[in-house]
Amino acid sequence: MTRLAVPKTYKLYIGGKFPRSESGRTYEIETTKGDFVANVAKASRKDARDAIVAARGALKGWAGATAYNRGQVLYRIAELLEGRRAQFVDEITRLEGVSAAAASAQVDEAIDRWVWYAGWTDKHAQVTGNANPVAGPYFNISVPEPTGVVAVIAPQDSSLLGFVSAVAPPLVTGNTVVVVASERLPLSAISLAEVLATSDVPGGVVNILTGSPAEIAPWLASHADVNALDLVGAGSLDWIDLQIAAADTLKRVLPPEEGPDAAAPSLDRISAFTETKTVWHTKSMV
Amino acid sequence: MSFLEYAPAPESRGILNLRDAYGLFIDGEFVEGTGEGFATISPADESHIATISAASEADVDRAVAAARRAYDKTWSKMSGRDRGKYLFRIARLVQERARELAVAESLDNGKPIKESRDVDVPLVAAWFFYYAGWADKLDYAGLGSSPRALGVAGQVIPWNFPLLMLAWKIAPALAAGNTVVLKPAETTPLSALIFAEILQQADLPPGVVNIVTGAGATGAALVSHPDVDKVAFTGSTGVGRAIAKEVAGSGKKLTLELGGKAANIVFDDAPIDQAIEGIVNGIFFNQGHVCCAGSRLLVQENVHDEVVDRLKERLSTLRMGDPLDKNTDIGAINSRAQLDRIRALSKIGEEEGAERWSADCVIPDSGFWFAPTIFTNVQASHRIAREEIFGPVLSVLTFRTPAEAIAKANNTPYGLSAGIWTDKGSRILAVADRLRAGVIWANTFNRFDPASPFGGYKESGYGREGGRHGLAAYLAPGSSAPRARQTALAAGATAPAKAASIRTPRAAKKGARK
Amino acid sequence: MSRTDLQTLPERAVELLGGEPDDTTLRRYLHGLPGVDAVGLEQRAAGLGTRSIKTTSKAWALDKIIELIDLTTLEGSDTPGKVRSLVAKALTPDASDPTCPRVAAVCVYGDMVPHAVAALGAAHGDPDDGLVSVAAVATAFPSGRASLEIKLADTADAVADGADEIDMVIDRGAFLAGRYGLVFDQIARVKQACRRADGTYASLKVILETGELNTYDNIKRASWLAILAGGDFIKTSTGKVQPAATLPTTLLMLEVVRDWHRATGEKIGVKPAGGIRTSKDAIKYLVTVAETVGEEWLQPHLFRYGASSLLNDVLLQRQKLRTGAYSGADYVTID
Repeated sequence: MTRLAVPKTYKLYIGGKFPRSESGRTYEIETTKGDFVANVAKASRKDARDAIVAARGALKGWAGATAYNRGQVLYRIAELLEGRRAQFVDEITRLEGVSAAAASAQVDEAIDRWVWYAGWTDKHAQVTGNANPVAGPYFNISVPEPTGVVAVIAPQDSSLLGFVSAVAPPLVTGNTVVVVASERLPLSAISLAEVLATSDVPGGVVNILTGSPAEIAPWLASHADVNALDLVGAGSLDWIDLQIAAADTLKRVLPPEEGPDAAAPSLDRISAFTETKTVWHTKSMV
Repeated sequence: MSFLEYAPAPESRGILNLRDAYGLFIDGEFVEGTGEGFATISPADESHIATISAASEADVDRAVAAARRAYDKTWSKMSGRDRGKYLFRIARLVQERARELAVAESLDNGKPIKESRDVDVPLVAAWFFYYAGWADKLDYAGLGSSPRALGVAGQVIPWNFPLLMLAWKIAPALAAGNTVVLKPAETTPLSALIFAEILQQADLPPGVVNIVTGAGATGAALVSHPDVDKVAFTGSTGVGRAIAKEVAGSGKKLTLELGGKAANIVFDDAPIDQAIEGIVNGIFFNQGHVCCAGSRLLVQENVHDEVVDRLKERLSTLRMGDPLDKNTDIGAINSRAQLDRIRALSKIGEEEGAERWSADCVIPDSGFWFAPTIFTNVQASHRIAREEIFGPVLSVLTFRTPAEAIAKANNTPYGLSAGIWTDKGSRILAVADRLRAGVIWANTFNRFDPASPFGGYKESGYGREGGRHGLAAYLAPGSSAPRARQTALAAGATAPAKAASIRTPRAAKKGARK
Repeated sequence: MSRTDLQTLPERAVELLGGEPDDTTLRRYLHGLPGVDAVGLEQRAAGLGTRSIKTTSKAWALDKIIELIDLTTLEGSDTPGKVRSLVAKALTPDASDPTCPRVAAVCVYGDMVPHAVAALGAAHGDPDDGLVSVAAVATAFPSGRASLEIKLADTADAVADGADEIDMVIDRGAFLAGRYGLVFDQIARVKQACRRADGTYASLKVILETGELNTYDNIKRASWLAILAGGDFIKTSTGKVQPAATLPTTLLMLEVVRDWHRATGEKIGVKPAGGIRTSKDAIKYLVTVAETVGEEWLQPHLFRYGASSLLNDVLLQRQKLRTGAYSGADYVTID
């Protein structure tokens, strides 16, 4: 006699907690064969607003942590992802309809990519910052700083790898993130939230909304307390309108990317969410 | 008993799981050395800790061969991503066994448990974490795209920060793709051998790291071994000179981290209480066994008396004693030989006419101890102003102007570090500009971080450890394309022709290999 | 260990300052003091916090902490009943152990002083004699935002009702605006208001409200200012503003007190108040005092903790030392 399963309830991840949508709405997630998997929270604009508040609140602590500390936290996430491989493989096979081997490969790459980013926290400033030899008695240095709250529309065709590829880079330098997961493949994102909640990540550093990117994205794009907008997964939306909306507050915007190389790991992706600060200081012996 | 005498607060040795005798760590296993074994003792009471193997020339040869095999068959073929994962594992294991490592270090070296627990071991873990992340990012190190490892590195480390110096050597070497043969100092092999156990727990491929314990002869054999591509040495300037001569013309790349006689410069507008802490930390931390120790205090003449008075008062609460007591500030001198050297130079200081003052410490009957000592009225031409004592002895000189401070600070063949104490930012930066020293601390001292390059000018050595710069010692530059600012595949840059370096051809040396 | 006669204080200040204590003179003096490097200060405090105080040292420390506590209630909802309960706790901190020492003082709002005095009865007096003093907050505590007349009346009432000690607040607004002369003058006048009919003075603690002064340089200057103007104790905080007492701040204030002693031979007290809740933290403060100004300062006339919940944590630790087992909230009493 087969054992009766205890199915999981999938909620949003905001401010380190797992609330249902304030709207009370959900939507159905099915396997590729049309079998019911779960009701997933359908985030509203108010959830998005709350997520941004949480992200802004967490910014000072996360940006103010040492690079070493951020690296430790991000590496810890990779450790916990590794421990939960089976859960992620299972969700991917069910929703994407791929083989266990393919799902496994996706999970492996997601973990390794996360580790790659974790190792950047205490090196990024060394590679992109520098002293500037100005023509005068001044000490002059340029350093990258996190831009602030980053809103992300995650790649829509990848459960985990695309999601991780979009979320990790802004975190490296101390930004906090509000991300809208893939509409039809959201489970990995919420399972990742469980990993975040158990790996010393302060609440509010990452906030995950599931639901309709078409509905939520315009609210993120126009929100004045969002500093940057990553439209990497917004290719099938009216993303130019989103970019126009974001221009009202001069957000830094990244355009959509398609295909298996969407959000490929790069130094660029980290630097895109930083501001360069240049400081002058007089030098004199007397 | 007054409160300030503090009841004993001993750290337990119970966490240690020491063997009676340790072999050499070669090719992933502990093996008997063929040299004459020796004892490692606790310098606090001269008690026996364990018997250590000594590596003969044949053993060194075995170790280098193991490192070469591991390089050729495994490590050079492994992706940077995977090398990084091993280094992350090692970092985590160091964190997990941190307490055990700290106790072993204090026991074997004599330094206070407070230091090994709060400074040494955390930095060891941090060093491995930092370089773990570089292993798959070498294109961004500023050495062109696809820089190459050098091969087998022979590394010789000193006794003052045994495990930390091991980390400074092994972490970048492995991250860059080299394999390693490392010789710990004769008086402090213990933490390296426990570290070897950690490497086994990390499942590091055999031969990637080999540890050969022994004395000067072992080090000489390693440094001169023809199949070593890269030599890294931290220790005295005297030995550094000898190594530089030995490897001349051999094609081996060399980095040296040698002695120092750092000037700690205190201006009259320094934040005075923090400056006193900085002076104390600068010369008495780790019993003064620090290459970058602030062993010369250059104090502005108009605040000399006040600074010296406050300094002496501050020393009255420094506690010298059992390294394993958690309240000990000053531990034991590492060896009788070192104690004799410190005593000899201190006597010279007196004879030269400086005034000697020592903190009032109870000296235990056994073990090697030297109370914190201050010489005032030291002049630039005194030997104690020029020679590295490598002990808890401070020489105090004065200056009148910033220019004079700089002149005196630079007036030495050494150039490792310096300290600047003032409330005035513009002065800090201008003075820093002019000091000929590789590490300059402003309103602080003895700060170390894996992200921060460390190394000397002039006779304090060459090469840097730590930071992006620390990779350069272990890599041969790739194409001379400008360093990748965007992705690893920076497009379009034409590489100018790279000058061939003049080396002994490897083919000739191959024939000479056993 | 009270200060020299009040009449010589303005003269002492004038002598040290090289002029009258007006804004300009005080500014020149206070801004001429050596600066404080915050990173270095905080590292030194953290280093002192690593001292490991065990066995006999710990037992001594726990008793000493109790003897140095100003057991405090400063709530708008305080009643005579609450004050009586606090006094009972002050006299018998541990109902299960009569060997437990008494605290140094109870600290209450000025209008509660009569109830505290009455409740103490024969036990009211100098902690050096094994008795318990009454400290009153005054001068429109905690904000200090009232006219000088009101602040002086506040003080005089409490003294008349029997307060042995007055914990005043400085005018932080005036300090931050550079009106050092005004701050000085208020402290000196409050000290005068501490005078009793018999010519003795209540002891004056000057609360700097370090959380509002914000920088260590400000805290250093305010400490010197308070001492020059006649304070017997410098105190970190009202406890109503965060951050309250911190180890680096207290270390800094002890360094000022040490330097004052070097310069004048006089001994001034230090009271960290607010935020010290655990024995572990309180022991760090004892270590900091001993290693900065010396063990001599570990006595009620030179060092106090402004605390309420600290006492019970110390009692729990004390019980563990006695019985060998961890204790719990049921075994300590409510104040």
